[in-house]
Amino acid sequence: MRGMELSLNHTQKLRLQRALESLESLSSGTNSNASVTVADSIPVNQEDGVLKGHGTTDLDGEVVATVCGVIERVNKLVYVRTLRARYKPEVGDIIVGRVLEVAPKRWRLEINFSQDAVLMLSSMNLPDGIQRRRTAVDELNMRSIFEENDVVSAEVRDFMRDGSLQLQARSQKYGKLERGQLLTISPYLVKRRKQHFHHLEKYGIDLILGCNGFIWVGEHVEVKDDMVEDEHTPTKPDAKSNKSQISQSLEEQEQTYTPLETRQYICRIANAIRVLSTLGFSITLDVILEILDLSTKNGIDIHEMLGAEFCVLVAEKEAERRSLSTRKKR
Amino acid sequence: MEYVSPEGLRLDGRRPMEMRQLRAELGAVSRADGSAVFEMGNTKVIAAVYGPREVQNRSQQINDKALIRCEYTMANFSTGDRMRKPKGDRRSTEISLVIRQTMEACIMTHLMPRSQIDIFVQVLQADGGTRSACINAATLALADAGIPMCDLVTSCSAGYLNSTPLLDLNYVEDSARGPDVTVGILPKLDKVTLLQMDAKLPMDIFENVMQLATEGCKAVANYIREVLLENTKQLENRRGV
Repeated sequence: MRGMELSLNHTQKLRLQRALESLESLSSGTNSNASVTVADSIPVNQEDGVLKGHGTTDLDGEVVATVCGVIERVNKLVYVRTLRARYKPEVGDIIVGRVLEVAPKRWRLEINFSQDAVLMLSSMNLPDGIQRRRTAVDELNMRSIFEENDVVSAEVRDFMRDGSLQLQARSQKYGKLERGQLLTISPYLVKRRKQHFHHLEKYGIDLILGCNGFIWVGEHVEVKDDMVEDEHTPTKPDAKSNKSQISQSLEEQEQTYTPLETRQYICRIANAIRVLSTLGFSITLDVILEILDLSTKNGIDIHEMLGAEFCVLVAEKEAERRSLSTRKKR
Repeated sequence: MEYVSPEGLRLDGRRPMEMRQLRAELGAVSRADGSAVFEMGNTKVIAAVYGPREVQNRSQQINDKALIRCEYTMANFSTGDRMRKPKGDRRSTEISLVIRQTMEACIMTHLMPRSQIDIFVQVLQADGGTRSACINAATLALADAGIPMCDLVTSCSAGYLNSTPLLDLNYVEDSARGPDVTVGILPKLDKVTLLQMDAKLPMDIFENVMQLATEGCKAVANYIREVLLENTKQLENRRGV
């Protein structure tokens, strides 16, 4: 199996096989025969007229798939949804990326797309929270906002004419991510939802499920309100005291370290996501929390979560969960 | 030397028109976007695909197409006597070029402008027909990476020894220095993308040999398609709703 380097013993192998088989039997009823591979022809009703979408092409009047995936039909539109592929951005997606380069007036971010994404300085909220034109000084101070290798959350703004991607981070909830872990998984495992930022109050953890398959698990940070920022602005401190403030806040940052318990929960959640992604299960908040409960209930240590036994347990749990949910529907 | 016995059996016990056993596995390299291991008998090849990703060397960027790069290497331990060849010798440069050109023919590069796709193929065990095995492995890896292709490319070789056309030559038959025809086809479009032969053959015999190789390619295509479909179904079932 992909990405799995576990040595399962005989019983574990059998249990895993059985769990996966039951998963297969559960989902095979919903849409069988919808899977295609490269160069398979897709049956369509030519009389109605068809719109060929992504992953299809025309060959002698026949609609042919160009990627491996699942056929989706929406009215006249026929397209193939790929499974394992790079991220396909859509406007409004929430993503997590890593800064590769600080360029004039922009940052370049790696987001698992076919090109690097661009975050303009002008589509960022400045740290002082004032709306104004970006000056040359701001441009020189860009590294004080994001540096190379920083992890950043942002939103897809639009595509530029040449196909490259523009991001924006015009809200306090976007920005630099610190004190946590970045996980990269296949983007097809993350579904687009209303909510991608999750605050797990019970554990004091922020979880960001980026649509591009980059997942952030980190210590919870209080979102500063814009209104508070406005109150501060009238007492505009002069440059010198501002500087001292920054250095002080740096010291403070060093002092306020993440408590051990939170760090353990971060690792636990991260490992839960790792197990789910190696098994290829779709990743949602409910599933992650369920796996987290499973690990704590069975008294499994953090490092044991990546072992063979827990992997089998997760597969069995998921099979059970899905069979329950399908039964409820019926 | 006798390559086909009077009973009609080859040195490794196959019939003249029989292929070696095929085996393919997807997802062998965990960090790559797509990867595959492909085996034809004792020949074993691993392929990894990275991309489409940002072009590393800006001057090579193409504005309306994806740039495709390919690197072919043979592992030191792949042959009988352990060899220490420099990277980039003439043979591997040539095969890299061949693989790149055959793959470029099927990848829909216009859908991924200003990006680059890297294909790395390495021979783990060499027993003749590495060129074909590499192309088959690369196709699988590209399909696994979800890169749009107008068709699969599959390849197979055939030769002519003891006045019999032989399908899928192994190392011993290959080193007999007889004619060796490597064919790559697009099975759905029914087109030839690769044809190599470094010997002379009369026209009518060549046609027979090429026909045989093409049949071999089709058999490979059927197998590859099965593997891909199985993999797609498995991924979809696992993911759930």
